[in-house]
Amino acid sequence: MLIDTEKVSPAKIAVKNLDFYYGKFHALKNINLDIPEKKVTAFIGPSGCGKSTLLRVFNRMFELYPEQRAQGEVVLDGENLLTSKQDVALLRAKVGMVFQKPTPFPMSIFDNIAFGVKLFENLSATDMEERVEWALRKSALWNEVKDKLKQSGSSLSGGQQQRLCIARGVAIKPEVLLLDEPCSALDPISTAKVEELIVELKQDYTVVIVTHNMQQAARCSDFTAYMYLGDLMEFGATEQIFFKPNRQETEDYITGRFG
Amino acid sequence: MTTSETLLQAQELAQMRASRYAKRKTVNIVALVLSLSAMAFGLFWLFWILYETVRLGTAGLTIATLTQMTPGPNDQGGLLNAIYGSFLMVMLATFVGTPIGVMAGIYLAEFNTKGWLANTTRFVNDILLSAPSIVIGLFVYSVVVSRYKSFSGYAGILALALIVIPVVIRTTENMLQLVPPGLREAAYALGAPKWKVILSITMRAARAGVVTGVLLAVARIAGETAPLLFTALSNQFWTSNLSGPIASLPVTIFKFAMSPYENWQQLAWAGVFLITLAVLGLNILARVLTRQKI
Repeated sequence: MLIDTEKVSPAKIAVKNLDFYYGKFHALKNINLDIPEKKVTAFIGPSGCGKSTLLRVFNRMFELYPEQRAQGEVVLDGENLLTSKQDVALLRAKVGMVFQKPTPFPMSIFDNIAFGVKLFENLSATDMEERVEWALRKSALWNEVKDKLKQSGSSLSGGQQQRLCIARGVAIKPEVLLLDEPCSALDPISTAKVEELIVELKQDYTVVIVTHNMQQAARCSDFTAYMYLGDLMEFGATEQIFFKPNRQETEDYITGRFG
Repeated sequence: MTTSETLLQAQELAQMRASRYAKRKTVNIVALVLSLSAMAFGLFWLFWILYETVRLGTAGLTIATLTQMTPGPNDQGGLLNAIYGSFLMVMLATFVGTPIGVMAGIYLAEFNTKGWLANTTRFVNDILLSAPSIVIGLFVYSVVVSRYKSFSGYAGILALALIVIPVVIRTTENMLQLVPPGLREAAYALGAPKWKVILSITMRAARAGVVTGVLLAVARIAGETAPLLFTALSNQFWTSNLSGPIASLPVTIFKFAMSPYENWQQLAWAGVFLITLAVLGLNILARVLTRQKI
């Protein structure tokens, strides 16, 4: 059951009749969903329900693997991004992604962040330094690394590496930020910092976050989508989903009766 | 069951366990002794070879060895032209073979991992990799040397390059496959085009391993004799002209070691020592590089 989010805020990404296949396996079944703009939307559901799959459709990451295909419409800014003739790299500059496992590039911290920016913008040295500082401040990492920007990205701790990856994603100034279980590899303190960051990010970006952690979804998100075995079971305001779900399946999952 | 019955059962069980344990312990000791002896046997020969190489090699090694040309029998001389010839041919073969090998390795790991062309390439590469170097030498002889009616350093370089290429292809592909897919995805997710992901991210992550592969290929061709026997042949005098026969350390050693002249034999040992030193140095360098990156 869909809530009319367009009255609340316009849809940044509109998913219409989306089907997804891993080879012969039907992973996503007729998904219809509107991701509201400048809000945080959480995808929750048990393992294998298709939340990460759906997320990876938004930046066409699945195209790296030939056995994966998507059918249907995913409309971003008026254009179906699945069939758009536009270079997929431009789409990915607009729709950024942070992955579950921190993956710092084999370069210095500064170059890690500058890498994405250099792809599409020609900044002077001072402008680039400013952008790097801005991105690191946004991901609450600046104070910890400002004296060691030339050190390798892998010299940071796990939590710091993940915040570096978030800074990397934020630095290119995308319009949508996709977070695929960004805190699952982090300790509670780093997780708390990242969650603060997510709440702050929604002032400027549309955020979609996949999470296994229901408390996290309840804390950080404005809207929640509950998925199960490739179906979108329910979508609505987070408060409504968690306190007064419309479907029995949703309530069962929320209260931990399974999954 | 009565208490005495349970006690008896427990005792039997304990006895069974003890005897089983004793058996396992014996098997363990026997296996340990056997593997230690095998290791000792192998190491014995290795150390003996190294000992003889150092003893006989350093005996004939003087400054003259490194500064004078190969002499006639019973004359004074050194190995300079052979060292130079080897150095030149190994270096040029590496320059020719490495880009080809690296690019083919990138193709196999990043572009067409499963297609028929990729599988065929891998198969052929594996065959070339284990082809005896004398076969490669004879091949270059029939294709280049007999066609141009002259032994030449260029033919020698070609033969050595044909040995370098399969080694570099194999190591490059393996090293690239070790790079986690998450790293590539992170680069794509920022909007990087494929060539940039490969050059700036994947190759950079695999850098140490690829360089090691090249160094090992160099170490291999530094000591190859058969491919040079039919291509570059040898030359008693100094030459830097690659279109004619040119001396090399392995072929010079071959020639000198089989001769009845004592000074030649001494120079042969000195040459063996020098090659061993060079290969040792390259292997150490390769290890140092891989260790530091991790």
